[in-house]
Amino acid sequence: MNTFAELTIVVIILLNLALAVSGSLSLCIRLAAFQGVAAGLLPLLASGGVRGRAMAFAGFIILLKGVVFPWLMFRAREKTGARRDVDPLIGYPASIMLCLGAFAASSWLGSRLPLPHSGVAFIIPASLATIFTGFLLITTRAKAITQVLGYLVIENGIYIFGLALFVEQPLMVELAILLDVFVAVFVMGIAIFHISREFDHIDTDQMAELTDWHRPEDAKW
Amino acid sequence: MVTALLTLPLLAGLYAFIVKDDAARRRLLLWTAAGHTALTAALFILRLHPRFGLGTAAAGEWFGLDELGFIFLGITSVLFLGAAVYAVCYLELEKRDPGEEADEGFIFNNAPEAVFTGCLLLFLSAMTAVTASRNLGILWASVEATTLLSAPLIYFHRHKRSLEATWKYLLICSVGIALALMGNLFLGAAGLKHDLGLNLEALLGGAALLDKPLLKAAFLFLFVGYGTKMGLAPFHTWLPDAHSEAPALVSALLSGALLNCAFLGILRAVQICSGAGLAAFTGGILTLFGLLSLITSGLFILGQRDYKRLLAYSSIEHMGILALGAGLGGGAVYGALLNAVGHSLTKAGLFFTSGLILAAYKTKRISDVKGLLGRAPRTAALWLTGFFLITGTPPSGIFLGKFLILNEAVASGKYLVAGVYLVFLGIVFAGLARIFLNMTFGVREGQAPEEKPFTEPGGMVWPVCIFFCCVLALGLYVPAWLDALLNGAQFLIRRAP
Repeated sequence: MNTFAELTIVVIILLNLALAVSGSLSLCIRLAAFQGVAAGLLPLLASGGVRGRAMAFAGFIILLKGVVFPWLMFRAREKTGARRDVDPLIGYPASIMLCLGAFAASSWLGSRLPLPHSGVAFIIPASLATIFTGFLLITTRAKAITQVLGYLVIENGIYIFGLALFVEQPLMVELAILLDVFVAVFVMGIAIFHISREFDHIDTDQMAELTDWHRPEDAKW
Repeated sequence: MVTALLTLPLLAGLYAFIVKDDAARRRLLLWTAAGHTALTAALFILRLHPRFGLGTAAAGEWFGLDELGFIFLGITSVLFLGAAVYAVCYLELEKRDPGEEADEGFIFNNAPEAVFTGCLLLFLSAMTAVTASRNLGILWASVEATTLLSAPLIYFHRHKRSLEATWKYLLICSVGIALALMGNLFLGAAGLKHDLGLNLEALLGGAALLDKPLLKAAFLFLFVGYGTKMGLAPFHTWLPDAHSEAPALVSALLSGALLNCAFLGILRAVQICSGAGLAAFTGGILTLFGLLSLITSGLFILGQRDYKRLLAYSSIEHMGILALGAGLGGGAVYGALLNAVGHSLTKAGLFFTSGLILAAYKTKRISDVKGLLGRAPRTAALWLTGFFLITGTPPSGIFLGKFLILNEAVASGKYLVAGVYLVFLGIVFAGLARIFLNMTFGVREGQAPEEKPFTEPGGMVWPVCIFFCCVLALGLYVPAWLDALLNGAQFLIRRAP
């Protein structure tokens, strides 16, 4: 019965690997959006029956993660004139090795955690691996826009994790969380726009003026 | 009543975006802040009165105030009122003369005032929601909202350094708080068998039934998540940047009100854990990271070259002390909460004063600020008073808090903790003393002879004076109502299983 749900999980895991190796920014945005849609479909596939509230909520998630977020990201990319590549700080082989390692570690952790059994195989490892992939994108990619992408991937992972645990929060809380994520992406988009105007680039590794680690040659301080 | 408290700043904030007239918008800010404080006071008095019994949180409700919530709501509300008075003068000054960064020699191009005021009011609404929320999901959403609403405030002076600070703040805190969401999910899973949900009353009532390993995982995630926002080392990296680049009144609100709100998130988790009999586990973690923050801030204060960053590191020190106090338990919790009140008022006053120094000297570099006493005597007096209060020199209220924590550490036989605590308090004192005294009394070189003394606008001085007087009074006499409030909060945190 859960074949479709498990297939979706496989897709989500493969998308993590794709995100780790993809060098094109627009492809990365699409991959993250696709992952969000897959995550949004999961509850419908896993529960078998379709209920009104779950249906509406899943539709809302898919709209947000599959349409609104990628639109905001593409808009930020165009406005800032970001180059097409993602500028990794480490090589792609290293990225994919880290991603695979994270999946192995997540599988081990998922089998050790005393979590309620969810009926869908590998959903816990997949969610943990997704969260880790998000962190990987944030820490090893130079552009501000890929960091926002990493944040979205973490959000996808946490959403899947929440599904796996069956934690049903009141609708108000779910909506508040989604609203927060939406505003976060929106505000970050505006910030990226300002960064590109002030710095003429959006490479965060060059934003290093504020620090307490002063070099001896900074004599004026 | 709580609903009114939430909606007043919310509506005023939204309205501030569309008000065209600057003077009208400033009046709106001032009156909303005053209304918020008056409502908080009214709520408190009604609650004391046995006939009404209002303000006590009913089970299953989304918003309600208990003793812990009241303490942090009170701090937030009073600080915001002070900040609003300060802001009116500050915005007036900024409008007339946007100022010039002496270090790099360019003129600030400030954000529109409407956006600034609107975000300020919405920020107050979000912080009120944090203190009043009875559902951990709502608490999470409110904390995240505070991050998003305060980001534009940090970026008021539009230039590279503040933008860098805003970006780091936005990203580090958002990702940190995403981890707290994981914590919420673990907490939900821990109570899944008994269908406890995320409502605080239900969780506290059924704390003994919670699944222990999952609860531990939940606490770790919540601690890291809210700890990032609270500025505990080693998750504090955003804090000095954001505090040094934001306008003075925003730094004061961040340090005095926002960090406390994040601390409240951790305290809620502690409440549940101690109900489930995990007090030793949470206590150990809080003590460890509290000391780590104290050590980190002590080391960075010693070599500091920017006085606003200095104040930021002092905030990290105090957050460490709060975590330490909460971790030690017993009487130390009372000390930690008293310290929270004292720190918020003092640090807000110091940040307000730092804004005056910045206006007088146009630089944040410590080595360029000398002879404050000659240049701006009133500011110098406040700066020096603030130094004695923040380091906990008796009779500062902070002294009492710090002393109670030390007392508990020694009484419970944790001599190592007490030793490290004392040594680093000493280091912080020495580091701050060197810098504060140099800034106040040092001899200025190349002073223009015809330079007029700097005159501070009254609205930027009075809030500081009042805050400092309160802290002094707190050290000499804790009023009965505050004592009852602190005792009640302490009881909430260490409730026996």
